[in-house]
Amino acid sequence: MSDPTVADTRRLNSKPQDLTDAYGPPSNFLEIDVYDPQTIGVGRNRFTTYEVRMRTNLPIFKLKDSVVRRRYSDFEWLKNELERDSKIVVPPLPGKALKRQLPFRGDEGIFEESFIEERRVGLEQFINRLAGHPLAQNERCLHMFLQDESIDRNYIPGKPAWSLPKGL
Amino acid sequence: MSFFSFGQSAEIDVVLTDAETRKKAEHKTEDGKKDKYFLFYDGETVAGKVNVTLKNPGKRLEHQGIKIEFVGQIELYYDRGNHHEFVSLVKDLARPGELTQSQTFDFEFTHVEKPYESYTGQNVKLRYFLRATVSRRLNDISKEMDIVVHTLSTYPELNSSIKMEVGIEDCLHIEFEYNKSKYHLKDVIVGKIYFLLVRIKIKHMEIDIIKRETTGTGPSVYHENDTIAKYEIMDGAPVRGESIPIRLFLAGYEMTPTMRDINKKFSVRYYLNLVLIDEEERRYFKQQEITLWRKGDVVRKSMSSQATIGAQRFEGSKSSVSSVLDLKCRA
Repeated sequence: MSDPTVADTRRLNSKPQDLTDAYGPPSNFLEIDVYDPQTIGVGRNRFTTYEVRMRTNLPIFKLKDSVVRRRYSDFEWLKNELERDSKIVVPPLPGKALKRQLPFRGDEGIFEESFIEERRVGLEQFINRLAGHPLAQNERCLHMFLQDESIDRNYIPGKPAWSLPKGL
Repeated sequence: MSFFSFGQSAEIDVVLTDAETRKKAEHKTEDGKKDKYFLFYDGETVAGKVNVTLKNPGKRLEHQGIKIEFVGQIELYYDRGNHHEFVSLVKDLARPGELTQSQTFDFEFTHVEKPYESYTGQNVKLRYFLRATVSRRLNDISKEMDIVVHTLSTYPELNSSIKMEVGIEDCLHIEFEYNKSKYHLKDVIVGKIYFLLVRIKIKHMEIDIIKRETTGTGPSVYHENDTIAKYEIMDGAPVRGESIPIRLFLAGYEMTPTMRDINKKFSVRYYLNLVLIDEEERRYFKQQEITLWRKGDVVRKSMSSQATIGAQRFEGSKSSVSSVLDLKCRA
């Protein structure tokens, strides 16, 4: 008869782990790089774009390796879409820097190298945080932002991420 | 008040018959301090003496009766005026008259029912006390003596393990297991977390013990949650097929037995909260209630039998052991 006064603290039995699981690549691989800022256009019509490269092995993303070009306002669009349509608390974007867009500055304003670098880092943090969110991964707008060549602002928002627009 | 009276006044005190031998238990007061009180169990007799000491020897003390009460009551902090008495016993010690000298009265409350454990919480208090009163026309002289009551249980006959698969579709699937559903206050929670699918980047995992005190009924129910313990069980990113063990010793934490719907006034329940935190500080959690119970003190067994236990294989957690000593005292 087992003695109840001394608790048995030995580990519960568990299945031994499969070695391919133990040493194989993890199923949560997701890395997004925001890099190579390019300022396009002239004078007052200039704007900066960034390359957004995603590498992943998550099944929910159609492409395992994708590259697109995006500008700051595209990131803003994504933030607004998610704040409106989902219950996610969306991470903050780096600032709009309206002051830098005023005339008569001594420097290049929003095309100043140090500012672009600061913004690039902030955008990279933003998109990595967001793309790893299980709920964000269900939203069509995130997939369009990361993997479609251009953003169709007339898209039909929705989940699941695979929903096709009507008519197709 | 009695400072200005020209009449007689007296001091009362209550002394238990077994004050020398009875154990004391620590109990928290409302302001958080810890004090020691005499410990009683359900069914035990409460006996002693009431000493009435006259302050001015030589003068008489007129009174409307002397009595002693044994009271068990529940006090809700938001409704202090109303005490809910669930035990109320009285013994009259003296009929209205007068005392010419200090006097001692014996009393005995035989085999008193004490159905609930003493509890001092955030919004409610359950206490037992003796109250000796000398009734007088203008102002009574009374003295209260609090005691602490513990409710003991024996090893439950049915104590199944808790095993469940939970997760977020296509993102995170885990199977958690705790070896029992009912734990005594000095028990050990032995368990494991098995990862079936990990598509998020987990940073660490912890298990919290949460105490929930519920007061009020119907629309005015109020839950007070308190995290008693936070215990990290994993640091780093797990992958599929990994099993993380849990071993959590409860004796180090201040907890009470689970109290369900006490006199329809309040409940105190405990939950294990398994929390996984990912690299972006997002939290994924699963809460599970456990039942806590108080085990009576058991005589320590010899070393050799302890060694025998260590050599045995325990499959699952079926505990069909009958208690070593049944400590639900019935004198």
